[in-house]
Amino acid sequence: MSVVRLGHLYPRQMNIYADRGNIAVLARRLEWRGLRLDVESLETGDAIAPGRFDMFYLGGGQDRDQEVVAEDLAAHKAEGLHRAAQEGAPILCVCGGYQLAGAGYTGQDGGRMPGIGLLDVDTVAGPTRLIGDIVIDAELDGERRRVVGFENHAGRTRLGPGARALGQVVAGHGNNGEDGGEGAISGRVIGTYLHGPLLPKNPWLADVVLGWALEHAGSAQPLAQLDDQLETAARERATERAGKRR
Amino acid sequence: MTIARTAGRLSRALGRGGGTSVPGAVLLRLDETAPDRLARRLPDGVVAVSATNGKTTTARMLGACLAAADRRVVANRAGANLLSGVTTALLEGSAASPRPDIGLFEVDEAALPEVATRLSPRVLVLMNLFRDQLDRYGELECLASLWHEMIEGLGPDTTLVVNADDHAVLTLAGLGCPGAEGRPDGPRVVTFGVDDTSHALAEPPHAADATRCRCCGAELRHEPALLGHMGRWRCSSCGAVRPEPDVVARSVALDGVAGIELSVDTPAGRVDASIPIPGLHNAYNATAAIAGALAAGVPSELIGPALGTSVAAFGRGEQAALSGRQLVLLLAKNPAGANETVRTVLLEPGRLHVLVALNDRTADGHDVSWIWDVDYEPLLERIERLTICGDRAHDMALRFRYAGLDPERMHVVPDLAPAIDAAVAGAPEGARVYVLPTYTAMLGIREVLVDRGAVEAFWRDGADGLDGDG
Repeated sequence: MSVVRLGHLYPRQMNIYADRGNIAVLARRLEWRGLRLDVESLETGDAIAPGRFDMFYLGGGQDRDQEVVAEDLAAHKAEGLHRAAQEGAPILCVCGGYQLAGAGYTGQDGGRMPGIGLLDVDTVAGPTRLIGDIVIDAELDGERRRVVGFENHAGRTRLGPGARALGQVVAGHGNNGEDGGEGAISGRVIGTYLHGPLLPKNPWLADVVLGWALEHAGSAQPLAQLDDQLETAARERATERAGKRR
Repeated sequence: MTIARTAGRLSRALGRGGGTSVPGAVLLRLDETAPDRLARRLPDGVVAVSATNGKTTTARMLGACLAAADRRVVANRAGANLLSGVTTALLEGSAASPRPDIGLFEVDEAALPEVATRLSPRVLVLMNLFRDQLDRYGELECLASLWHEMIEGLGPDTTLVVNADDHAVLTLAGLGCPGAEGRPDGPRVVTFGVDDTSHALAEPPHAADATRCRCCGAELRHEPALLGHMGRWRCSSCGAVRPEPDVVARSVALDGVAGIELSVDTPAGRVDASIPIPGLHNAYNATAAIAGALAAGVPSELIGPALGTSVAAFGRGEQAALSGRQLVLLLAKNPAGANETVRTVLLEPGRLHVLVALNDRTADGHDVSWIWDVDYEPLLERIERLTICGDRAHDMALRFRYAGLDPERMHVVPDLAPAIDAAVAGAPEGARVYVLPTYTAMLGIREVLVDRGAVEAFWRDGADGLDGDG
């Protein structure tokens, strides 16, 4: 049986937007296909052994916790994550995790929290929080699909030349509320502000990332189709909400 | 003030709910300092209750105790807990005859700093801080710092009643850290807690919020946790430890969805109470109410019997008969509250018929991601039939699908009325149907039940406080 080994970064600190929903989706969608997800927590102080993981997940946390995480990422994780990214292991970074995957985060008070540069993006706190349902047209592996979620962030993220936006905003704010882009992708590193959580309503995105992880794990077989009627209905409902509340 | 009262009558006449906030909002427009002035006219001052969870029920329990001591109470209605709702109540109280002598208000946790500053409560009961609607309240830390600032502004005329089992609440009140004794010119502090470790959690639930010591930043341990992060906490590093509470529930017996029995030690002697409101969370609420009632001068011997007469606030353990089945409404609006609701339902024997209702309106929070922080998993093997409804029914269905519920047991019926019918029809005659709604879904479900004569409209449900002109 093919196994995907997931490194879940800081599940204790970086879990504020129900990130365990994303992990549950990854696990079940493998299980329903006769495959398996092995999840290992990576806490502060833990190192990343080369080749140990097929994919990584980094969620969002409260400001207080994120400072501790930022330090630990630089000290114990950055090197391993960069190496894994080069070897094609997908890294999914959501909300605060997205910001820390970039160059860094400049707070309202001017204080700087450095990121680990997996994505060529930089984030500066804005005067207001960008909150609400969001719909984007995302592009992965040359395919465009509708992706929905909820965003809640003070940071305004701007992309450098080394990353492209994960998608274009259809309804909502996105990276900075100005340039119409949402999230970032570089190779197989994905960053996004979409939670809700991200994956339950967007099984296409989950399956693309799982496909990449399986490839890293040495499995070539394509993922079988699943019955995603509930997912589709939930996505349509969220899309309606995003349209109405704007 | 006449204009404001007329606005309330108009609001009700137009069918816009109970008119529970409109008159206050109008009065605040006309006279910004009106609530401050009206509160000062109350001879026994104001008792205020705030928390993420349990405000309404605790205020009702306190109301029963104050009434037992023959205090004439003016209280705001459930849910009308912003400054406008408090002002509405004060306005109605000022017109009542005889005049009320004490105010009793449940206050929204984000609105509390302003309300407390304006009303200078004699007794302020602070019970818990849990992760709630992130899109509305922001992170827990923002709320905590607002509360801290407010508490710093309180003087010795206030008695602060705080939960010793909630590390965050206790430390915000200036206690709980090594060497902390509170300010000499600050409020008098009374602590409460629950000591019955037969209700220990094997581990704090997934959504536990306070994982780090606020005194030193090290990891916080629970020996054990009883409810969410609440319980006997101890810092792994600096020596901070949950103190022996002044008012402490020594034993708590849970009787399914029927109620609780508890025995509470207080400086004024033991208080025993049998309360027809279910769940361990309500044992915490009752202990808080006992501590608050004592602080407000209610004789201890009146408290137990008074609590025994208190009834569930609407939608919080309330029951209604429909087509030969018994509906039990258990509000579940955030992870900590929903976890306790699940725990309470699991006290019931046999296979369970459950109706979950998820809305995403302003009062519910637009962001429904919190459902992934609820530990619904223990329900899975007990559910006979799950009906799911509400604006975001499909989001909830995904929560249970990915938790692993047998799809055959799950029925998605987005509209509330047909969902209630489906849940009732799917349950055998005489069975209970456990209804777990978010706030506005609960109001909607109640409306359906009112239409069918199963429960009374809530603004007539004025057992506590004055009923105004409703």
